[in-house]
Amino acid sequence: MPMKPDPDVTSGIDADDGAIVSVRNLKTYFQIRGSVFDRLTGREAGIVKAVDDISFDLRQGEVLGLVGESGSGKSTLGRSLLGLVPATGGSAVFEGQEIVGLGEHDLRKLRSRMQMVFQDPHAALNPAMTIEQSVGHPLTIHGRVKDRADLRRSVVAVLERVGLAPAEHYLEKYPGDLSGGQKQRAVIARAIILDPVLLVADEPVSMLDMSVRSKILQLMLDLKHSLNLTYLYITHDLATAKFFCDRIAIMYLGRIVEIGPAQAIYENPRHPYTKALLQAIPDPDPSRGLPRDLPRGEIPDAARPPHGCAFHPRCPAAFAPCGWEIRDFMDLLEAHWTRSPEAAATERALIGRPDIPDRPVASVRVPTAPGVTGEQLLALIERIRAEDPAEPFWTGVVALRAGAGHVEIEWEKPFEPRLLEAGRAMAACHLCDPALASRRPVPVGAES
Amino acid sequence: MSAEPIVSVRNLRVQYGTARGPVCAVDRVSLDIGAGETLGVVGESGCGKSTLGRGILGLLPDGARASGEVIYQNRNLVGMTRDQLRRLRGPELGLIFQEPMTRLNPLLRIEDHFAETLRQHHPKLDKAEIRRRSLAALGRTGIPPTRFRQYPHEFSGGMRQRIMIALALVLEPKLLVADEPTTALDVIVEAQIIRILADLKKNTGTAVMLVTHNLGIVAEACDRVAVMYAGKIVEQGDARAVFAKPAHPYTRELLRSTISLETTKLHTIPGAPPNLITPPAGCRFHARCPDAMKICAQTAPVEQSLDDGRRVQCWLHGPHDAIPAGETAPLERKEIAVADEA
Repeated sequence: MPMKPDPDVTSGIDADDGAIVSVRNLKTYFQIRGSVFDRLTGREAGIVKAVDDISFDLRQGEVLGLVGESGSGKSTLGRSLLGLVPATGGSAVFEGQEIVGLGEHDLRKLRSRMQMVFQDPHAALNPAMTIEQSVGHPLTIHGRVKDRADLRRSVVAVLERVGLAPAEHYLEKYPGDLSGGQKQRAVIARAIILDPVLLVADEPVSMLDMSVRSKILQLMLDLKHSLNLTYLYITHDLATAKFFCDRIAIMYLGRIVEIGPAQAIYENPRHPYTKALLQAIPDPDPSRGLPRDLPRGEIPDAARPPHGCAFHPRCPAAFAPCGWEIRDFMDLLEAHWTRSPEAAATERALIGRPDIPDRPVASVRVPTAPGVTGEQLLALIERIRAEDPAEPFWTGVVALRAGAGHVEIEWEKPFEPRLLEAGRAMAACHLCDPALASRRPVPVGAES
Repeated sequence: MSAEPIVSVRNLRVQYGTARGPVCAVDRVSLDIGAGETLGVVGESGCGKSTLGRGILGLLPDGARASGEVIYQNRNLVGMTRDQLRRLRGPELGLIFQEPMTRLNPLLRIEDHFAETLRQHHPKLDKAEIRRRSLAALGRTGIPPTRFRQYPHEFSGGMRQRIMIALALVLEPKLLVADEPTTALDVIVEAQIIRILADLKKNTGTAVMLVTHNLGIVAEACDRVAVMYAGKIVEQGDARAVFAKPAHPYTRELLRSTISLETTKLHTIPGAPPNLITPPAGCRFHARCPDAMKICAQTAPVEQSLDDGRRVQCWLHGPHDAIPAGETAPLERKEIAVADEA
């Protein structure tokens, strides 16, 4: 009987008795080792919230896709579930057993029931072990075999199962003798040899050639049916996830920003980040052109995540309550100077270095450079604003005031998005919050 | 194809010495790249696409030998001395690598990378002009001037690749070879970089040879495409035409096995690419080809030109009078050993 985790109102997800994995408010934080100077002065180097307050259920026989860019925390989440990275808070229950806080000895017993398939087949197999040794190793570790003949029988059976047939051909080979696809088959064989119920597959096909990808995915589908497996499929590739997954969770900077049935996510994505990921997939259909309104920049530093919604600095649909702050102002200036590098030197000379607060504040002061008045700086800011008044940043600015040696920017009140019902899925975006979405200005240009 | 090509490759062969014998990674390849054109070279690992890119620039490792012709401004680059090639590389022929992380010197500021590059080829430039040209190139790839004096480690992977592109562009090369420029990047950043490359021809007239395994990137960013298999270009032509109606069975099967958002059923190509130490007789794809005929296992196909200007190496497209009677019968294929399955 699965243990019911503490009921949780914030996650908005009901506990599910049919789930073989129940994750509630899971947190995996990493302490950053600061410099010697930081440690001497007692300054905090900060923490990275790689997995931050994540909740979901995984039902028997289901394929859940965890999708996001590098640095979204998807791999850390998968590793936390297997106890390969210790979670620092929350709960993850696997077949009735709490994993968070479990010691290595107990985890090892559990791991015969849940296994991992790694991304890089060239690195996941020990080059000094034969395929028989590598694939049979879990049996030896868990004391499942009586003798060498027994081991060989099991290894032969599992190799044939993953398409490495005739198995005798491969037993004595070393990973270096195998192609990428064959190696990944061996990695999968090693993962299923203990008869697990759950496979965490971390980018299992992203290192493989296109024509080999479909073979490995087909193999994983066949195994799922014949062995009644449940998959957590971690990927950055929404195209393979669409084909492979029953449900999808989109992650960004340690949080799930959208989760729901795969069909709903692909047919009607709600979160702007999901839309962007879908749009960015290069499509071999020549009738489709290049996407034009891509999010700018890249996933930000997880040690200092943006305030409010973590995606707002890149979001083409961001608006007033998304968490605008001084760093967005600095980005705005940089973008302006990139467009007109001639003006950069003289304009930069007007601006001092503002403080960057750790948490949202009602207003900030942008200092002027020595000898420059607040009015001069304000005039520059207004000029930049006039260049592109539709830029989402300005929705977050309530007022600009020139003072003595500074310009004060007053911000809109920021809100942190929570997962809310959005059609058949759930999305953490203010656009899905009727109370906030009405504050969005009339969209400029086409909005799909 | 438009006007005069800026680079013409004729019968280029590149061989590597290996412990098990010489490997012909590029085997009698011919292609043209026109001014301002983007040519996609696409194929799977080991098909020779990267070697082709490097062979054109004369950037092959010591154990490699090239023969044939790479004609640039009436000169054959194959057989040029290292010094002659070094003078051409940069201002005439540029290269962008796959791993932006490892190609910038961690001890040099971005500013110094540009200064070194520009001084190497234009020793007379003064500081202000170097700065002006550098910032213009960086601006084109979206790097703010405020970061000109930072070090490589202060940039993300996508920004480093932008810097690499700007470094290649600052010398205004006629041809830029981009070898898997987005493979190490996330999908949104990849799309940003592809857009920069696609915009290049509009803004600078630089021709781009884009080497990639990703058919989607070729479809979105390239004018023409060359499909490589086992060291040979099996089909080349207008990218839209090739993707809409592939003429070579390999192109067709590769497209079908690519997983996209429209995929509803997985498709695979049986078997694996041949090893190039002892390549198979006849067409190199015949053992995996669903349309193979008897002749395909015996005689290598002759390149044919199709009506739309496409060139294809496949007996299905003739010349039909060169095929002996009865040789068009379907090839009875040996069971492809599962052992060879990738």
